[in-house]
Amino acid sequence: MRKSLYVHVPFCEQICHYCDFNKFFLKNQPVDEYVEAAVEEMKKTAAAFPQHEFIETIYIGGGTPTSLSSTQLKHLLEAIPNNFTLADTTEWTVEVNPGSADKEKFEMIKQAGVNRLSIGAQTFDPDLLQKINRDHKPAQVEETIRLAQDAGIDNLSIDLMFGLPGQTMEQWKDTLSQAAALPIKHISAYSLKIEPKTVFYQMLNKGTLKLPEQELEAEMYEYMLQFLREEGFQAYEISNFARNREESLHNLTYWDNNEYYGIGAGAHSYMDGVRRRNHGPLPKYLKAIAEDKLPYLEENPVSRKEMMEEEMFMGLRKRLGVSKKKFENRYDQTIDQAFPGIITGLKQQGLLEETDYYIYLTETGLLLGNEVFEQFLAG
Amino acid sequence: MKPEDRIKRRDKIRNFSIIAHIDHGKSTLADRILEKTSALTQREMQDQMLDAMDLERERGITIKLNAVQLNYKSQDGETYIFHLIDTPGHVDFAYEVSRSLAACEGALLIVDAAQGIEAQTLANVYLALDNELEILPIINKIDLPSAEPDRVRQEVEDVIGLPGEDCIPASAKNGIGIDDILEAVVAKVPAPTGDPEAPLKAMIFDSIYDPYRGVIVYIRIMEGTVKPGQKIKMMANNKEFEVQEIGVFTPKPLAQEELTVGDVGFMIAGIKNVGESQVGDTVTHAHKPTAEAMPGYRRLNPMVFCGLYPVDASDYNDLRDALEKLELNDSALQFEAETSQALGFGFRCGFLGLLHMEIIQERIEREFDIDLITTAPSVIYEVTKTDGSSIEISNPSDMPDAQSVDYVREPYVKAEVMVPNDYVGAVMELCQRKRGDYVDMKYLDANRVNIIYEIPLSEIVYDFFDTLKSNTKGYASFDYEIIGYKESNLVKMDILLNGESIDALSIIVHRDSAYDRGKIIAEKLKKLIPRQQFEVPVQASIGQKIVARSTIKAMRKNVLAKCYGGDISRKRKLLEKQKAGKKRMKSVGNVDVPQEAFMSVLSMDEDN
Repeated sequence: MRKSLYVHVPFCEQICHYCDFNKFFLKNQPVDEYVEAAVEEMKKTAAAFPQHEFIETIYIGGGTPTSLSSTQLKHLLEAIPNNFTLADTTEWTVEVNPGSADKEKFEMIKQAGVNRLSIGAQTFDPDLLQKINRDHKPAQVEETIRLAQDAGIDNLSIDLMFGLPGQTMEQWKDTLSQAAALPIKHISAYSLKIEPKTVFYQMLNKGTLKLPEQELEAEMYEYMLQFLREEGFQAYEISNFARNREESLHNLTYWDNNEYYGIGAGAHSYMDGVRRRNHGPLPKYLKAIAEDKLPYLEENPVSRKEMMEEEMFMGLRKRLGVSKKKFENRYDQTIDQAFPGIITGLKQQGLLEETDYYIYLTETGLLLGNEVFEQFLAG
Repeated sequence: MKPEDRIKRRDKIRNFSIIAHIDHGKSTLADRILEKTSALTQREMQDQMLDAMDLERERGITIKLNAVQLNYKSQDGETYIFHLIDTPGHVDFAYEVSRSLAACEGALLIVDAAQGIEAQTLANVYLALDNELEILPIINKIDLPSAEPDRVRQEVEDVIGLPGEDCIPASAKNGIGIDDILEAVVAKVPAPTGDPEAPLKAMIFDSIYDPYRGVIVYIRIMEGTVKPGQKIKMMANNKEFEVQEIGVFTPKPLAQEELTVGDVGFMIAGIKNVGESQVGDTVTHAHKPTAEAMPGYRRLNPMVFCGLYPVDASDYNDLRDALEKLELNDSALQFEAETSQALGFGFRCGFLGLLHMEIIQERIEREFDIDLITTAPSVIYEVTKTDGSSIEISNPSDMPDAQSVDYVREPYVKAEVMVPNDYVGAVMELCQRKRGDYVDMKYLDANRVNIIYEIPLSEIVYDFFDTLKSNTKGYASFDYEIIGYKESNLVKMDILLNGESIDALSIIVHRDSAYDRGKIIAEKLKKLIPRQQFEVPVQASIGQKIVARSTIKAMRKNVLAKCYGGDISRKRKLLEKQKAGKKRMKSVGNVDVPQEAFMSVLSMDEDN
């Protein structure tokens, strides 16, 4: 079951203070060479790991994919159907920063086959946007949505963040209201996590970053659950909400523990039972491709035990939970046999619930997901 | 060897140590001397040759003593036999220092040309004078920009009373003055005296355990001669052994046919553990013993105690094995099994001091790979009960009920702090806060002051030295000696987590500071113990009375949001890390408590 493709564009015009993805300042980078190399990687990958099924989800992420010129982006997008066979109904998402694409770029994107956009709104508070070093203004979100709709792309999602430095409950409520009022079908809402090698990490260590208390963060989350439910968004995963079941099929690939292709510097893939990571630094990535090699930095075969663990700690992120039947079909044993005593214990703690068909997190469990997930890990 | 050859040889021997304050350059000078006397080829030369253990090198201190034999061709054309005896550089090991000094006739006293005389320098000088050593003052690091050799020379004259003009200017790091130092050793350090034909009298100044050879005893021959095959006797415990091998370190061990007066070397005699060859004891012939043992021997008594518990209860037997192995090599280490309601099975261990404790703890974790919970260090309290009986306790949780206690006595030390004028206030404030009694204050010169306090040992075992250093911008130096027991108004304070008293967190505090300490501890634990899935009250109590409380709020949110672009391995690693972190904690009454929390009860500072 490998029906998904991820393509990474590691360039940004401005680096956000929280971002620890593989990304570089666009300026002075060998962008043309990079696009060429990514196309080359697609060709090699498709040859080395032939498709058995149609590609049903594609996600172009970053970085900022729209920081590429129209010509560059077009080249990259068009290479996909040239190298992989897509289904008729493929969900094809591109990440967009508000204000980073004009009419012409959207029309080109649409023309190439893209039918879904994920827009990095993050917050509608201008001061907070500045604090996290985003390079857009709140009003540009709506503008971007209009441009996309004009170009004929109406499956739109926005990203939001909460638990930002100095963020108040009022600011968060306001952001959610503004988001819900937009003609969008999907919201991903992540709480800020401070990762090493970010500006925020440095600030935290120096003591110049003030983060909200855990209580406030939890309240923000709980408010969001309730508010978005009232607004017709269904929480189908810990951080993801969809109207009219317009769920992100691509992200469900990860949570369903299915395989996927991964193209580009620093991209991750999961093919034929092996998880791989590509070289992140451009020179290394470009060099590998130039030497006619696949650009893998790491290759980790996933053992059966690990596969079952991942099935649980990824699957439980979904509101629906993990399908007992599917688990049994995949691994020839029940969840209880694979993890004796764990489910019962977590149910007693009020973190898990189960029906005849599914095991899923309780509302308390949603907030304490990591406490649940770790239980399924060996050691 | 013929008797007259032994005398000739004796007269060419020079035995000396290097004494210095920490960081004044002792190990570097030792390296230079080894180089100059060609004891090692350049290739064998490693920086700080004498500090062999990894731990010593990392901490930059000498823990185990070493003794090397060196041949030095003097400018007078004669070749001399040098024995350089290294000494540990920490107050915990003062007794070992005194014994290794007793094995010498001279000492090189290193004083930093910028920092001058420090408390430890002075303490070591007194030890050297007690042993009637010839002291050769060396002003080291004269090539530093901040060096003030003239001021330091004056200080040596004023404070120690050695003629300033005798000071040898040197830079061990850059090889300046090394020849002068070696010539001074020949000229000024007296040759050993003692009759090579007299009954054997050899002093043990160190012993180490070797898994293949048994105990290797480091000895200095004061009188007589010893050879392999002879029956010898330890005078302190009358145990007899047969000498299997003797030799010297060059620094590699080199077997010899005999060791005679003035020699410093090793002896292997089928000794099973270091407890049978105590430092300071005298070795003599079993059949023709010497009349009197060397003076100065005493049994080492641990001063600081703590509980060592395995984080994982199944490591208990491994921990006992580890302690038994360490004990073979460390006669000052004591341990006995104890049980804690909170921590399960473990050991109450006795150490010479806090450094000694940290070293043992670190070696167990490093060499034996056992995760440890260490309870807060305690001293031995003498408790006299109302019925007139008296007991000694080294574990605070053993303190009897307040009603049955008549009075409690605790060990005191005389602490000497040497500090520049500007920090007198800071030092006195610290000493007062640590319940110190002012004794005296002496100006060493216009700018430097020696402050003397009597302070309860329990107050200095934890963070006294660190606080002293930070309150004086690192300028203060510190030394102490135990002076005996004094009565104090002490009470036991218990700590309750989630309503349950945790015996391993109990401490003994002065009644007057109990409320403040309780408050600090409750706040500290609140910070150190991570949120649990339920709210955890932290309380400090004296008897039934709660004197302080805080609350560890329940964990509200712990979930990874981001998808990491399909980076599942990373998610896995984060979860694994979280899980491993919990495994290193001890589950006490349903609460996961991290290792450092058990030490934190001794902390006196509200922040940090």
